[in-house]
Amino acid sequence: MSETNGHGELPGDGPRPGTHGEPAEQGYPAAAAEAPAGPRRVIGTPPPAQARTLLGRDGPTAQAAPRELPADPSDLGKAKIAERIAATCFIIATLAGIGFIAAYIGLPVHSVDAVLRSNLALGTALSLAMLGLAFGATIWVRNLMPAVELTEPRKPLASAPADRAAFAETFEEGTDASQFVKRPLLRRTLIAATLPLVVAPVVLLRDMGPLPGTSLRHTVWRKGLRLIEDVSNMPIRPSDFSSPGGMITVIPEGYATDDDALAKAATIIIKLRPEELQHPTVLNWTVDGIVAYSKICTHVGCPVSLYEQTTHHILCPCHQSTFDAPRGAQVIFGPAARPLPQLPITTDADGYLVAQSDFHEPVGPSFWERG
Amino acid sequence: MSMTTKLVDGTGGWLDDRFRGAKGFRTAFRKIFPDHWTFLLGEIALYSFIILLLTGTFLTFWFQPSMTGVVYHGSYKALDGVRMSQAYASTLGISFDVRGGLLMRQIHHWAADLFMAAIFAHMLRIFFTGAYRKPREVNWLIGITMLTLGLLEGLFGYSLPDDLLSGAGLRILEGVIQSIPVVGTYLAFFLFGGAFPGHDIIPRLYILHVLLIPGLLLALITAHLFIMWHQKHTQMPGKGRTDQNVIGAPFYPYFMAKTGAFFFFTFAAVALASTFAQINPVWLYGPYTPVAMSAGSQPDFYMGWLEGALRVMVPWEWNVFGHTFSFNVFIPGLLPLGAIFTGLALWPFLEAWITGDKREHHVNDRPRNAPTRTAIGLAGITFVGVLLLEGANDLIAEHLDISLYTTTRIAQVAVFAAPVIAYIVTKRICLGLQRKDQHLLEHGVETGIIRQLPSGEFIEVTRPVSENAHAVLTSRSQLPTLPSPDSADENGIPAPASRGALGKVRARLHTVLTESVELTTGNGHGGAGGGNGHGQASGDGEPAHAAVPTGGPRGAASGDAGTSSSSGSAAHDGPGHDGPGEQADS
Repeated sequence: MSETNGHGELPGDGPRPGTHGEPAEQGYPAAAAEAPAGPRRVIGTPPPAQARTLLGRDGPTAQAAPRELPADPSDLGKAKIAERIAATCFIIATLAGIGFIAAYIGLPVHSVDAVLRSNLALGTALSLAMLGLAFGATIWVRNLMPAVELTEPRKPLASAPADRAAFAETFEEGTDASQFVKRPLLRRTLIAATLPLVVAPVVLLRDMGPLPGTSLRHTVWRKGLRLIEDVSNMPIRPSDFSSPGGMITVIPEGYATDDDALAKAATIIIKLRPEELQHPTVLNWTVDGIVAYSKICTHVGCPVSLYEQTTHHILCPCHQSTFDAPRGAQVIFGPAARPLPQLPITTDADGYLVAQSDFHEPVGPSFWERG
Repeated sequence: MSMTTKLVDGTGGWLDDRFRGAKGFRTAFRKIFPDHWTFLLGEIALYSFIILLLTGTFLTFWFQPSMTGVVYHGSYKALDGVRMSQAYASTLGISFDVRGGLLMRQIHHWAADLFMAAIFAHMLRIFFTGAYRKPREVNWLIGITMLTLGLLEGLFGYSLPDDLLSGAGLRILEGVIQSIPVVGTYLAFFLFGGAFPGHDIIPRLYILHVLLIPGLLLALITAHLFIMWHQKHTQMPGKGRTDQNVIGAPFYPYFMAKTGAFFFFTFAAVALASTFAQINPVWLYGPYTPVAMSAGSQPDFYMGWLEGALRVMVPWEWNVFGHTFSFNVFIPGLLPLGAIFTGLALWPFLEAWITGDKREHHVNDRPRNAPTRTAIGLAGITFVGVLLLEGANDLIAEHLDISLYTTTRIAQVAVFAAPVIAYIVTKRICLGLQRKDQHLLEHGVETGIIRQLPSGEFIEVTRPVSENAHAVLTSRSQLPTLPSPDSADENGIPAPASRGALGKVRARLHTVLTESVELTTGNGHGGAGGGNGHGQASGDGEPAHAAVPTGGPRGAASGDAGTSSSSGSAAHDGPGHDGPGEQADS
């Protein structure tokens, strides 16, 4: 017996769809040969009234309940074709699954090209396996399982009033027995006992971090600290700028690997013609047309990384706040509300750019205590 | 003895001896599941979640949630000797040194995007069909909670590899938290274990991402499915479908097999995307450094609208009594999110209060039949859509050659104007579609046949819509009527429901919310052919119509026979004319 006809020996298998008038033997000889002779019922017509049951009955009579679901689809010829297609899908899935394992064993990784090859092979095999299963199962459901449409009644979701009343009674009895309502002292002390335990977990989280204190107001910049170019880690002389040019990212000397320090202290320097610098840029804080601003955007803290030489605009790539470099990095456009703070710079005895002091105002995004 | 019988009597018997499950399982196996393509949206979300659990577990075997600095000397030569966190280094390790690691990473990321997209789509389907109405309000709230958790889960997961983009995302998160009045700075310091970036945030987000939030999601999904099972699924309108029944195919084997196949389809789609479409190539971005940022950086789409909100906001900040109100950050950071999610959560209750509708609903609304609700939904989508586009405004500006600032200025207007326009247009479209339905019911489906009457008059032959289409077209939730806002009885006393300020507001909202085209039934349909009486013999100058009767459901043999025997002209009534009637099914 083929597996699609596993129910063949069960009673009630007799009713065969015959809507198209063709004998079932033509499409599925094995099934028909083994099906016991019985009363034939046309799909969609109700079964004899006395045999109708909604749920299984106790005892052996339950087995005699008539089928709600036909055992076979109406068109067995079509089903045969569908079976072959679905089986082909499953075979493809099997082969793809084997291919996945083979690709895992056979293809090495450890380089970009090898990884991309491995990814392509593994991914293709996995996709094929999944697609094979998906299409196979879908064809199975749609063409091999007989089409049915059954109706199930919905019961109202609300309980019957009697049940509700019974529950209310049970609840009341339980409450009475518990003495919870009758003894307010007990009740109130119990509630009082739980209250600290509700607050305790919140208190326990206190040590997740230190209090902010004034840490957001300061950076590691201090008098005499050299400005180091971010990539080369080299100090900078004003003469290194041959002419007004681009924007250079600088960091405080000695903090190249300290992300916590850099998150506040990252700075940009821009060389302009001295006469271009205007109020509110503090000219005493510039050296020979070189002006230094905090690199941390005053909006939400992204590093302002873009600079347009012709317009001297500094642009934050995250939310496009735009700052005017010659005019104290004032906001020209975008959601930032404050200019980038200016770092006072000068040169040291060796002619390298150094900070005169820390920033004179907090850098980066606003915060409640900033004022 | 067949295999099935052996299984049921053997293993089943063994289990039943211990659990007494035969009756319950029989009922469960026969449980009827209605079918509609939109019912698959929630399944996509469910299966994406399963894929996320499977691939996520795989990734945890190698990922190290540590911000300790290391110098990389691995397979990816371009970053050889570069200082980075262990988190980033182990992500490179998964990508380049674990076989299938890159595939699993990409599947995880694609599945996360699909998970969120499916949740959004599923939620919109529930909203537009009114499937959140009584008795399903609790499941709606669970869904909104899962959507919120999904956003957080995605954001946290995105932040774990500690590449340049994920670190920038965290920096923005820190900036937004810091902008919250009074407690913001403290919240940020507690979350990050001090000043940004610190060394705690990735281990903390990791445990939230792999344990706490997935655990909550799993519990909520279980509740979501259990409630759906218990209350039975809603069904789309159609012939015979009422609020008192559910029509479809049984759980076993039909729904089981279909949904199993659909799991494989979902997995296949994600696997295909992960094979052929690169996502989040963190090795190209480099490790996080607070000093650098690249242009054109975008978050995943489900966060994009919040990113857009930050971009579209004007630079508005107050300093009062030594304290800073960063309206420019905390309004866009928290308001759209809060407004949309709170609005979604309250909507079922608000709608029920306004309409006074306290009954159970199991047949879904067609969106056109709730014009105001549909219009509100479209307005919401438009609002989020404008923000989402603004979140990619630098890419739009670059590719469409528009000034960057212009895109933002347009968005600043559109974020307010576009939802209003969407509301008005959608409502008009819905009312128009209702009129079209009404027309179909009154005059039937055009057959394209012109007939000449003995009097010489030409009439257009129409045919009543099919039984199923008729059921669809006439499916309207009958809403209780409230007295009109200004109504009063003969003594000038207003009706109780519309008394007081709140009652007046409610009455006015009721008028807006229940605006619909009046549906008149009782013609244009019927196997007897007498239902559509227009123009047959009236001769009063009305547009001439004639009915071609059909009997029974479309496609049934008896119906076709009825058509062809009723009039000669109907012989031309081929399958090509089924169009309008069938469209109404969808």
